[in-house]
Amino acid sequence: MADKDVIICRCEDLTREEVRKLIEAGFTTIEEIKRVSRCGMGPCQGRTCHQLLVREIASITGQSAEEIAPAVARPPIKGVKLGTLLKEAESHE
Amino acid sequence: MNKNTAEVVIIGGGIIGCATAYYLAKAGVTDVVVVERNYLSSGSTGRCGAGVRQQWGLKMNCLLAKESIRAFETLNEELDTGFDIEFKQKGYLMLAYNEKMVEQYKKNVALQQSLDIPVKLITPDEAKEIVPHLNTDGLLAATFCPTDGHINPFTATISYAEAAKRLGVRVMTYTEVTGIEVENNKVVAVNTSNGKIHTNKVFNASGGYSREVGAMAGVELPTHPERHQILVTEPVARLQDPMVISLQHGFYCQQTPHGSFVMGFGDPNELKEHVVTSSWNFMEEMAEKVLPVLPPLAELRVVRQWAGLYNMSPDAQPILGEMPNLQGFFNAVGFSGHGFMLAPVTGMLMAELMSGQEPHLDIKPLSIERFEKGELLREPSVV
Ligand SMILES: Cc1cc2nc3c(=O)[nH]c(=O)nc-3n(C[C@H](O)[C@H](O)[C@H](O)COP(=O)(O)OP(=O)(O)OC[C@H]3O[C@@H](n4cnc5c(N)ncnc54)[C@H](O)[C@@H]3O)c2cc1C
Repeated sequence: MADKDVIICRCEDLTREEVRKLIEAGFTTIEEIKRVSRCGMGPCQGRTCHQLLVREIASITGQSAEEIAPAVARPPIKGVKLGTLLKEAESHE
Repeated sequence: MNKNTAEVVIIGGGIIGCATAYYLAKAGVTDVVVVERNYLSSGSTGRCGAGVRQQWGLKMNCLLAKESIRAFETLNEELDTGFDIEFKQKGYLMLAYNEKMVEQYKKNVALQQSLDIPVKLITPDEAKEIVPHLNTDGLLAATFCPTDGHINPFTATISYAEAAKRLGVRVMTYTEVTGIEVENNKVVAVNTSNGKIHTNKVFNASGGYSREVGAMAGVELPTHPERHQILVTEPVARLQDPMVISLQHGFYCQQTPHGSFVMGFGDPNELKEHVVTSSWNFMEEMAEKVLPVLPPLAELRVVRQWAGLYNMSPDAQPILGEMPNLQGFFNAVGFSGHGFMLAPVTGMLMAELMSGQEPHLDIKPLSIERFEKGELLREPSVV
C-alpha cells in the first residue's frame, strides 16, 4: 500500500505520508507531531496511533523505539460526557 | 555549527518569542537566536484557548488587540509556511447577568466603537440568534464583535518560527537558559545548556518563568505564575460560531474549526505555582458553569483536560520594554492570561525597540516603572 493510503491516526485521518513529511521537516518528537497534526488527540487519545507513530519516528531518525519519549497521558482516560460530570458534581453537593 | 554570538537572544519559544523573532528578522535584524528549553509552544502558548478579542475596557488593550487581529487576518499569506493558523473569525459573545456589568459593557462598547471596533450591545434575543443553543434565562444583555475569534496556537507559533528561520533566525530547542551575564549594568552573555552566547541584547519572553529568568540577570520582576485549567471535547458537527464568554461565571467556550469544543474558567483560588497538572474537580465545576448557559453541550464527551500558567502582573497587564538600569535586557512578560492575542503587535513593538526605532504605539504606560510610580492600569474585563 502507498504511504498516502496507510492511516496512522484513525481519529484524525492522518496518513503515513503526512506523518513522514512532518518528521522529515524536523518535527521528530511525539509531542511536536501531536501538536502540528492532532495525531493522537482524537477520541481514542492515541491508543492506536501511538505505537505506529513511534515506529515512523524511529525509522526516519534512526533512534530506537525505547529512546522515543511517549506522549504525556492526560485525563480522563476515557471520554466522559459533560452531562455525566454535572450529575457527579450534583451528587456530592 | 552553533555560532557563539548573536545580536539578540530571545529566551522562550512561545508565541511572543517566535513572533518577535519574525518581526526582528523582517526589520533586517536576522542575527537572532531563539532559545527554548523544550519544544516550540510547549509553554503557556500551546496550552491556551487562543481566543482573540478586541472587547476590552482599556483603550490600550483595545488598540493592541485590534492591531493584532488585523495582523492575524493576513498571517497565513504573510508568513506563507504551509501551516494554517486556523483563524475562526466568528466573533466573541460576551454575556452580562447583572446591572453593573451592563453598565460596564455600555462604557466598553462606547470606547470600542470610538476606536472603530465593530462591536454592538445586543439583547438576549439577538444573542440567541447568534448562538441558538444559548439559554437566555437571567441574561440581561450581551456584547458581540464579529471580528473577534480564536486561532490554533500551535500552528501560529510554528508559522512565525518557520518564517523567522527562513529569514535567518536560529532556533535552539531543548536548550535551557541557565544564566545571564551582566557587566557594568549591561547584558553581555547568555549561558545555556548548549553553551554560551555572547550578546548585548536579551529578550525575556519566558512566559510563566519570567520572574526566574529576570532573576538570572539580577532583575526583580513583579510577576508570578498562576495555574489555569482547560478541557477539550470530541469533535462534533458545527454548532457554535462565536466564542461565548461570561465574566459572571468566569468561563469561556469555543468550538474550533475542527469541531471540538474548548472551554475553561478562571478560579480565584488556583495554585500560584509552577504546576501544570490538572485536577478532577475542574471538569465537574466546568460542567456546572457551562451547562446552565449552553445546555446541549451536556451530550459532548470530554476527551482531554490540561493546565497551563498565566504569568500574572500586579495589575493584570503586560510589562513591555527595556529594563531601566540594565541596558540590553528587554521584557514582554506578565500577560496575565491575554498574551496570545497580543502577540503580533507585541512582536512588532519589541522588534522596533530592540532595533533602535521608536515604537509605533506609545507603550510607556506598560513600562515596569508604572508599579513604582503607582500608575497601575485597571482592566475591568479579564477572565
Ligand atoms: C488555560 C489558558 C488559557 C488561555 N487563554 C488565552 C486566550 O484565550 N487568549 C489569549 O490571548 N491568551 C490566553 N492565555 C494566555 C496565553 O497562553 C499567554 O499569555 C501566552 O501564550 C504567552 O506567550 P509567551 O510566549 O509569553 O509564553 P510561553 O508560551 O509560556 O513561552 C515561554 C517559553 O519559555 C520557555 N522557557 C522558560 N524558561 C526558560 C529557560 N530558562 N530557558 C529556555 N526556555 C525557557 C518555556 O518553555 C516556554 O515555552 C491562556 C493561558 C492559559 C494557561
